[in-house]
Amino acid sequence: MLLLRNGRIIDPANKRDEIADLAITDGRISSSLPPGEPFDEIDCSGLVIAPGLIDLHVHFREPGQSAKETIATGARAAAAGGFTSVVCMPNTSPPVDNPSVVTWIREKAEREACVNVFTTGAITKEIAGEELAPIGSMFRAGIVALTDDGHCVQNHELMRRALEYARMFQLPILDHCQDYGLVGKGVMHEGYWSTILGLPGWPSAGEEMIVMRNILLAGLCETPIHCQHLSSAGSVRLLRDARARGVQISAEVCPHHIALTDESLQGYDTNFKMNPPLRAQSDVDALIQGIADGVITILASDHAPHCAYEKEVEFDMAPFGIVGLETELGLFLDLLVHKHKAIDLPRLIAMLTIEPARLLRLDRGTLSPGVPADVTLIDPDLEWTVDASTFQSRSTNTPFNGRPLKGRAVRTIVAGKSVWSLQDSPNSSVAAAASAL
Amino acid sequence: MTAKPKTAPAPAATWTRKDLVSIRDLSPEELTLVLDTAAAFKQVSAREIKKVPSLRGKTLINFFVEPSTRTRTSFELAAFRLSADVVNISASTSSLSKGETLKDTARNLQALHADVIVLRHSSAGAPLFLAERLESSVINAGDGAHEHPTQALLDVFTIRERLGHVAGLHVAIIGDILFSRVARSDIFALLKLGANVTLVGPSTLVPREFEKLGVRVTHDIDSILPEVDVVNLLRIQHERQRKEYFPSLGEYTAFFGLTRERAARLKPDALIMHPGPVNRGVEIDSEIADSPRSVILDQVTNGLAVRMAVLYLCAGANHTSSN
Repeated sequence: MLLLRNGRIIDPANKRDEIADLAITDGRISSSLPPGEPFDEIDCSGLVIAPGLIDLHVHFREPGQSAKETIATGARAAAAGGFTSVVCMPNTSPPVDNPSVVTWIREKAEREACVNVFTTGAITKEIAGEELAPIGSMFRAGIVALTDDGHCVQNHELMRRALEYARMFQLPILDHCQDYGLVGKGVMHEGYWSTILGLPGWPSAGEEMIVMRNILLAGLCETPIHCQHLSSAGSVRLLRDARARGVQISAEVCPHHIALTDESLQGYDTNFKMNPPLRAQSDVDALIQGIADGVITILASDHAPHCAYEKEVEFDMAPFGIVGLETELGLFLDLLVHKHKAIDLPRLIAMLTIEPARLLRLDRGTLSPGVPADVTLIDPDLEWTVDASTFQSRSTNTPFNGRPLKGRAVRTIVAGKSVWSLQDSPNSSVAAAASAL
Repeated sequence: MTAKPKTAPAPAATWTRKDLVSIRDLSPEELTLVLDTAAAFKQVSAREIKKVPSLRGKTLINFFVEPSTRTRTSFELAAFRLSADVVNISASTSSLSKGETLKDTARNLQALHADVIVLRHSSAGAPLFLAERLESSVINAGDGAHEHPTQALLDVFTIRERLGHVAGLHVAIIGDILFSRVARSDIFALLKLGANVTLVGPSTLVPREFEKLGVRVTHDIDSILPEVDVVNLLRIQHERQRKEYFPSLGEYTAFFGLTRERAARLKPDALIMHPGPVNRGVEIDSEIADSPRSVILDQVTNGLAVRMAVLYLCAGANHTSSN
């Protein structure tokens, strides 16, 4: 039994935003505590009590790449970032393209993970884009969505059949939008800086071509498609038009695509190398506008850990991606709520809770009585500085080390149990600042 | 024997760099310092005894991950003339072929007390990567499509030597600009020294983004030939991945080759340059390549002096100027 006292409860699914207490009984949200029984309480004055945050786009690297991350360390990173549920991408080794890997991940997560770990399954066998993976069997084993993330099904006919087949199970399809022909060997946004730096360019059209394809197929099959980590202004424009016409197309945006531009690549630092790449300021502006006007409905990290030695190589040989779970909420609060005032706090929380929960049909993302008590306590105004040496993730490949941010999670509660709190966090540079909590 | 050439420049008070990674980094004053130093070193090569002791006791490693003959030989000779000890390593003879990382290979070279590492690499940014991690001087001998700083230095050296100045001249760079590290370094060097630059080539190989630097872009070579003081023809490669960029070498030559007819439309004193190796009959007519206006071999000779200057400034200047 736990009472979260006197916080600002923001529960967008229930249109709730008020100062109140939140009761948790037997791991679930309850309307009140049973009278006469002992309970713990946490003073939440000055804090936001939000439904546990959901990140629908992470790479936890197990099975097969545990030097980068494990389910256990990835889950701790999620908790430290305020996330109570994460959705893993299937590009592990072996990939999640059959029910046995799904079961392996689920069982390992049950034993070792301090947050809820959901997994996706691959659309195609070996994520090779050639033939359908056993989608139905993976659905029975517990996947929550289909994606070939990191790859993109290039064959439009195959993509169409995958959509139609997945509709039987109401499994959403998440797509990493990349046209291989246009992108070629591109390692950064094609534009002024790729020209100056002599690095192969990854043009915006390489993303927009597949966003357009997905809009057409979502219309043809009358089934939803979710576009992952959008990076370009053109993609936002396509999406805005399609959604206005009622096409079932949605999209997510990652913090780095609104925090940084391709100009950051001047030093050839591979911690700025991601896929899709950092683009121009006009793209950043369009993404923020898309978030502000509701064209983009979901926020995610694309948490992509890599070992330091893998990243510390020639730029074009380095793997794409950065870790994100422990900087995600801070960056979104800092940029979207404080700096650009693109959205208010309740909308930010909705984009990190009920929006992904609805897409994936998860029984999460609300504070309705009776649901599992996944709760994130947020101090939206706490000023802190990113220190990668304190990361819970096994990897530290971040371009944000040393960046001052405003706002972060201070406690993460999963099924009524506190799994992380800032004041108990060892080595945390902000622990002192937060000790008053 | 004197320690320095007779017209040695003033102590390199304005040269504080350990490395030469890109022309884009350099100030116009630094560029001029390299050119002046190279002018002094050029006289050394004309002497009976072609050596000076500026880098005596220093070790230079020519680390060529991508093949090269002319640049490697030029650096090697430049180091010999400065009395340095030289070792050559290529990708196939290094442990890179056994899967060792660039960083580890380079750290091993440094552990052998290499004072200078001259790096040629197919990846843009590789010299900067090493320069940031090693105490040795790192000289960029060409990195991917990024820069080839000593080529640009020898190009502007040759222009200055022949025409007396660089500022105010109109230089056309013709060919595959998109994939050319020579083009990038040349553009930066020429602009910093006050020249006007026009890029010429097929629209697939001349990115418009370069206009943001203040250069002109045209796809009509004939319109600019009468105006320019220098034409710099880049090597056209059609053998590898270029087939999507233009249809054939024949069509390239028809639209962009410096044929005899086109050469006749140049100003009488215009210079014809080429970084080599030359595809005779493709980007340049064979006779034009050998004509008096061609300074292609002067470029090679000047490359030696420029590389001596760069090695001296990056690795030897502090040592010798402390006398």
